[in-house]
Amino acid sequence: MTVPNILSVLIWLPIVGGLAVFACRRNADAARWLALLVTLATFIVSLGLLTGFVPDGPLMQFVENHAWITALKSNYALAADGIAIALIVLTTFTTILVVVASWGPIRERVSQYMAATLLLEGFLIGVFSTTDALLFYVFFEAMLIPMFIIIGVWGGPRRVYATLKFFIYTFFGSIFMLIALIYLHLKTGEFSLAAFAAAPLSMTEQAWLFFAFFAGFAIKVPMWPVHTWLPDAHVEAPTGGSITLAAIMLKVGGYGFIRFSLPITPDASIEYAWVMVALSLIAIIYVGYVALAQEDMKKLVAYSSVCHMGFVTLGVFIAVALVRMDGNLGAARLATQGAMVQMISHGVVSGAMFACIGVMYDRLHTRTITEYGGLANVMPWFAAFMVMFSMANTGLPGTSGFVGEFMIILASFQHSPLVALAAAFTLVISAGYTLWLVKRIIYGEIKNEKVAAMPDLNIREWVVLAAFAAAVIGIGVYPKPLTDLMEPAVQQLVQQLTTAKV
Amino acid sequence: MIEFNPADLRVIAPELFLLCSTFAILLIDLFLKPAQRPVTHWLSVLALVVTGCLVATGAPSTGEVISAFDGMFLRDGMATVLKLFVLLTIGMVFIYSRSYLRERRLLIGEFYLLLLFAALGMMLMVSAGNLVTVFLGLELTALSSYALVALNRDSPLSSEAAIKFFVLGALASGLLLYGMSMLYGATGSLDLAAIHAVADFSSNSPHRSLLAIGMAFLIVGIAFEFGAAPFHMWLPDVYHGAPTAVTLFISSASKLAAFGLAYRLLEGALGGMSPDWTMMLAALAALSLAVGNVIAIAQTNIKRMLAYSTISHIGFVLLGFVNGTAIGFGAAMFYIVCYALMSTAAFGIIMVMARAGFEAEEIDDFKGLNQRNPWYAGMMALAMFSLAGVPPLFGFFAKLMVLKVVIDAGYLWLALVAIVFAIIGLFYYLRVVKVMYFDAPQDASPLELPRDPINRWLLSLNGLALLVMGMAWNPLLEWCNRAFEVIG
Repeated sequence: MTVPNILSVLIWLPIVGGLAVFACRRNADAARWLALLVTLATFIVSLGLLTGFVPDGPLMQFVENHAWITALKSNYALAADGIAIALIVLTTFTTILVVVASWGPIRERVSQYMAATLLLEGFLIGVFSTTDALLFYVFFEAMLIPMFIIIGVWGGPRRVYATLKFFIYTFFGSIFMLIALIYLHLKTGEFSLAAFAAAPLSMTEQAWLFFAFFAGFAIKVPMWPVHTWLPDAHVEAPTGGSITLAAIMLKVGGYGFIRFSLPITPDASIEYAWVMVALSLIAIIYVGYVALAQEDMKKLVAYSSVCHMGFVTLGVFIAVALVRMDGNLGAARLATQGAMVQMISHGVVSGAMFACIGVMYDRLHTRTITEYGGLANVMPWFAAFMVMFSMANTGLPGTSGFVGEFMIILASFQHSPLVALAAAFTLVISAGYTLWLVKRIIYGEIKNEKVAAMPDLNIREWVVLAAFAAAVIGIGVYPKPLTDLMEPAVQQLVQQLTTAKV
Repeated sequence: MIEFNPADLRVIAPELFLLCSTFAILLIDLFLKPAQRPVTHWLSVLALVVTGCLVATGAPSTGEVISAFDGMFLRDGMATVLKLFVLLTIGMVFIYSRSYLRERRLLIGEFYLLLLFAALGMMLMVSAGNLVTVFLGLELTALSSYALVALNRDSPLSSEAAIKFFVLGALASGLLLYGMSMLYGATGSLDLAAIHAVADFSSNSPHRSLLAIGMAFLIVGIAFEFGAAPFHMWLPDVYHGAPTAVTLFISSASKLAAFGLAYRLLEGALGGMSPDWTMMLAALAALSLAVGNVIAIAQTNIKRMLAYSTISHIGFVLLGFVNGTAIGFGAAMFYIVCYALMSTAAFGIIMVMARAGFEAEEIDDFKGLNQRNPWYAGMMALAMFSLAGVPPLFGFFAKLMVLKVVIDAGYLWLALVAIVFAIIGLFYYLRVVKVMYFDAPQDASPLELPRDPINRWLLSLNGLALLVMGMAWNPLLEWCNRAFEVIG
């Protein structure tokens, strides 16, 4: 059963709920419970997307369209395909866990924190579900405001620096995208993504637009070398903020590439695919080495996020190369599909990793790796979960981390064995930094009496980690429902790439 | 010789009403004791409301221009929009500043009277169809403003600001008048429409150089009224020195009127020379964006910071003019209306923060506001994000419309300059949010709110409008665009 106007409900339920939570400022528990209720309700509504989706139906489903700004012919237009649905469900699923994970650690101004989390959820769903470029931009930017507040108010010692850097950095990138959108609007007279995709554009125009989009989305992903805001933001953000940031916000960048760059500027995408592939490989290899050297757990996972998101951009642009250079549509579909699975998988795995770090931080109030050791002896449940997520992070078969990376490497091989080799190298590096992290934290002697006194997971933490674990194993063992969901959208995307605009 | 036509009186009915009621309030106020000041307050608000109704009821239909007194006075769509917003913002000034002024013993009848006269001057200025009417309106507004800035006569800062404002303002008026005399010399007419008909560069006009110099002087005068760089020097001092109630007025209503002045002189009189003045305005705009946004970063006083922020926003308004078409003026007017609403919200909260003997002028005074009063901190955050142009707030859409117009006119470089400085400007707005939300308060006591419930409600409405208008700004935009259908 699906709710009518389901996408609107999904956007506005958390936003209105967030405002209601904001009002419970005298009663922290009421705010927590209300926030949990809203996120649960949103998740249940979002399941309607899965059940209501018709696999053989039109590409874009659950369509809503109302005039918004008549002078600009911009509409309040919502619709979702398989890719969007997967990301929306990821968002609603993760936000519940964010609320639960923040239950204990956040003690000050709880109502504001929960309200910001819910607003962020609403904006993120808006980003994934709109087919109007202006509305997309509005949601895309609006989500900076709650994140800015979350990091700045509840963050660590250098929170102000980190949050200002985060805000200005990402704003800087996206404002160039705004100019590109205005240019496309003047060209087509509309703001709908379909009209933009159909617009005839010369190669020079496409190149400029491509780099304007690149500025917006590469910073969001983040790709090397514009990733430097991410480690700071992650280190200073509270656990819940880190989970949202890694699990969902970074996906907006990858989503932007497939929604904007590929359909609107296909020829520039092929022209500069090598740049994107090269940057992705640098992210995968070089940033992997950087991760190896980190002493702060959150920084390590942040750099590993950059690595894994490198796979997403690699998959997307290797697909472009496969279509145009090799004419190998099957491999291109595989690569795109892999990139999408990698997005979902990274969302779950990185969210879980940050949740684990949050658990440790709440007990010892430090994120320095050397302060820990031998946790397996005192926190067996925790150790089991942490090891499992680490395995997923290294891409062990049977976990979600394996599926996407394997598909991308397989597809890359058909374009260039060298690229595949470089990308596959990550399996070694990421095993290196992740397993070394596990070795230092989980195994070995109990480091000191403070570690010895650490209690095992409480029920809330257990629920959060178990939910993440279920998703990691579920996608890892049987990814077919996920790939089936996204297949029509992927096919359409690849098909679109076969026709040149110039 | 102007023939007197009684029907003309109906056209200027709102202005006549405002004039008569101002005189009536002047007389009534003489007989009131200080404790009875609320009578003056509510009578003034009532006068504004009735004037607003008169403006709205006699409004011309789309594309129509009603002219009176042989073209001296015009009522068109733009005049209606600007008058309504001028009256609205002045009404907000009255309501927001009541308790602020009472605590400082400045709640005197002159405050109301001078503002009402200023309102009259602005209404005249935006409706002017003749250089004489333009100047009359301008001077009535300016003289009232000088006196208002000096309202707190015991404060050296206030007096200094008023003297600076007066001297520079007199100079600017002189330059404007000089430019007008050159236009008159070149065209032989004071009527804006008549000047428009003959003033252009393309034909073999015998007075090209005279026209060019006259135009340059007019633009200097306009830039001064706006506070556009490099004619912005008075603005930070006046913002800082004037009582915050007056700063609120100067940053909102005055800027609306300045837009009317610019449109009347540039498009109304010199429309035929638009290729020449658009270049000059583009330069002024770029300079204002740079000066405003960069210098604002160095400010520690929030009123001075907002002064430089005004300069940068004026840069955006001027960007709307570079197109020289109806759609460009529509976008610029949309921007200035939006700016007026943002600025009333920001200064309204500064006045809420202030108490007897304490001005909340330093940015540090906002430290930890979120702990003291989350609601007003939220309103201020909305105002700051909106001024910075972050979606989904109103300020973003105003910037969007102007940028669209600029790119459409082929000035891509100017749009890029504008966004680069918008990013730089983002920093100082975020700093205010930062001190409110991330810093611990210096004084943790809860915020004392103004007693007047209308003040609290209107201010909250003002802040929320910035959010709601972010989703529902279409009607206002349509209205602004329709106002310029006259010029097609």
